[in-house]
Amino acid sequence: MAGRNKWISLGVLALLIALLPLFFPSGYYYRVGALIFVNALSVVGLVILIGYAGQISLGHAGFAGIGAYACALAPEHLGLHPALAVLLGAVVSGVMAALIGKPILRLKGYYLAVATLGFGILVSMVLTNERALTGGPDGMNVADLGLRGLLRDMGWRLSGGEFWYMICGVVLLIGAWLALNLFDSPSGRAMRALHGSEVAASTVGVDVPRQKLRAFVISAVYASVAGSLLALQNGYITPDVAGFMHSVEMVTMAVLGGVGSVLGATFGAAILTLLPQVLTVFAEYEQLVLGLVMVLVMIFLPQGLLPSIARRLKGRDE
Amino acid sequence: MMSKTTTALATLAALGALTGAAQAEIRLGVSVSATGPAAFLGDPEAKTLEMLVEQLNEEGGINGEEIALTLYDDGGDPNKARTFATRLVEDDEVVAIIGGSTTGTTMSILSVAEDEGIPFISLAGAISIIDPVREFVFKTPHTDRMACEKIFTDMQAQDITRIGMISGTDGFGASMQAQCKDVAGEYGIEIVADETYGPQDADMTPQLTRIRNTDGVQAVLNPGFGQGPAIVTRNVAQLGFEVPLYQSHGVASDAFIELAGAEAAEGLRLPGTALLIADKLAEDDAQYEVVTSYTEAYKAKYDQDVSTFGGYAHDAFALIVDAISRAGDSEDPQAIRDALEETSGLVGTTGTYAFSPEDHLGLDLSAFRMLEIKDGDWLSVE
Repeated sequence: MAGRNKWISLGVLALLIALLPLFFPSGYYYRVGALIFVNALSVVGLVILIGYAGQISLGHAGFAGIGAYACALAPEHLGLHPALAVLLGAVVSGVMAALIGKPILRLKGYYLAVATLGFGILVSMVLTNERALTGGPDGMNVADLGLRGLLRDMGWRLSGGEFWYMICGVVLLIGAWLALNLFDSPSGRAMRALHGSEVAASTVGVDVPRQKLRAFVISAVYASVAGSLLALQNGYITPDVAGFMHSVEMVTMAVLGGVGSVLGATFGAAILTLLPQVLTVFAEYEQLVLGLVMVLVMIFLPQGLLPSIARRLKGRDE
Repeated sequence: MMSKTTTALATLAALGALTGAAQAEIRLGVSVSATGPAAFLGDPEAKTLEMLVEQLNEEGGINGEEIALTLYDDGGDPNKARTFATRLVEDDEVVAIIGGSTTGTTMSILSVAEDEGIPFISLAGAISIIDPVREFVFKTPHTDRMACEKIFTDMQAQDITRIGMISGTDGFGASMQAQCKDVAGEYGIEIVADETYGPQDADMTPQLTRIRNTDGVQAVLNPGFGQGPAIVTRNVAQLGFEVPLYQSHGVASDAFIELAGAEAAEGLRLPGTALLIADKLAEDDAQYEVVTSYTEAYKAKYDQDVSTFGGYAHDAFALIVDAISRAGDSEDPQAIRDALEETSGLVGTTGTYAFSPEDHLGLDLSAFRMLEIKDGDWLSVE
């Protein structure tokens, strides 16, 4: 049953990514699509941390910042190819997550939230103040991935928007596939068990600190890759990517869409990426509308949009 | 699948171009930071552009064609700015873009404009925007480097050779700090103390005390904007630190004098534009007409004083209008770009612009006026 659900989720996602461009009236929609996929990727990481393992993080933009600046710095200073820089960023983020995760994951609730928040702010401060290296608040250029030029030489001409829509779509699919695999794996089960009750989980032999750390590291890598993709597609990066508001935005997307479900998280990312674009006509009320949507979802659909809707559709007894 | 999409897109684009031609409207795109941390830049910019477009359309537009303005608020977020730039080019099909209140947002818009071949006039300060020169990118504000040069020229005239710097760590302060340090040597000025403060700090006494305790400091220079420079000004007065204090063009507004207090700010100098002394300009001043008509119209419409930043937007708009009227074809971004590059002798609120293939800023040091605060008001000391 669970296995079938996994393939349904992936199928729906793949179909959406592949078919939506047929309805795009202009190149701008590819850009919005690519942004949705990037956001969704980091939110899928949070689904593993928050939804599976029941831990919170308000500092994940810090990992996105590490991933983004790896893509900006490594090609310039280490002569690394941008694609390898994505990997380097992911490794650095993973190691950082493991190092800081060990002590701070002992904390619970608000305390954990504050500790992760502190980490995110630290990263953003370093990126802002280490001017000689990062260019400070003005940001810095990011080298081109070079893949689009390669495809063009092979006779496949893509606009920047189309190219990044495709890349981000494929990476999101891979990310979603891995996250869904994890759900039913022994680790995934252990994470969900400790989410339910840490005491109960440890009595049946789950190594609680280890599983928490694992979820934290995996989600950090997701955020890092998302940050890298953002940096590469924008070609320019500023410390805003690691800002506190970006962290909050990620958690909001996860909670809005449904924090336990990969498809829901993608849905949440899509809505919160699209809303500001749709609401440009009354930009002054954007925050108001966003807040209202959040409050209404929290009151009436506490599981998040997609899971709640799915449950209604299936009938109450399920 | 992709090729089918591309064909569909091309058809749609062609249709869009056809309908666009029939409307005889000039589509102008704007993305500024009207809200968020850079709102003090973007808000007057957005208001200025809305006002000017309205004025121009009432007067009959450019060669009979009205301007259709599409304005987005990027909130100071470079990522949003890039999305809006893409939207302006791909969806709204504008022929020119004004915007990028901050350096970060400008750099994001810039790459879209360059890729798509749409002329773009930036409203941000950094020198990296126009150096190296990019085909489609222009800008209206002076660079931070020019502000440093203007200040150092004034210091030189007063035989000041050793100074202390205290800079904000925000984008503006940090960028100007680096430029000033870079250019100081050319004016025989030695920076003997170099302190920084965070944009939210409420007290700079410790940093200023360190500067005061450094041997031979003859003047203090404070690159920064927002509340920081006002606090520095107050702290300098409180410490009884009696050396000339120089602020940057970042705080060139009446609000700054209010915030710092007229008494503390007395005698302080900064490089500013003609806008600040609009009511004191001589009638035969080249900028008199432009500056007074802008300040009066803005005051009448919004009941607020103009700021230097709104002035940047004013000049960008004047440049675009001038270029379109000369380009002949208001539908062709390339023609507008070419006309823009040929701009010469256009008088704006910031200075007199003359672009060339090597210079996409088109201002020189004469655009800055050295101003001093005297009895709570600005006074030109040139």
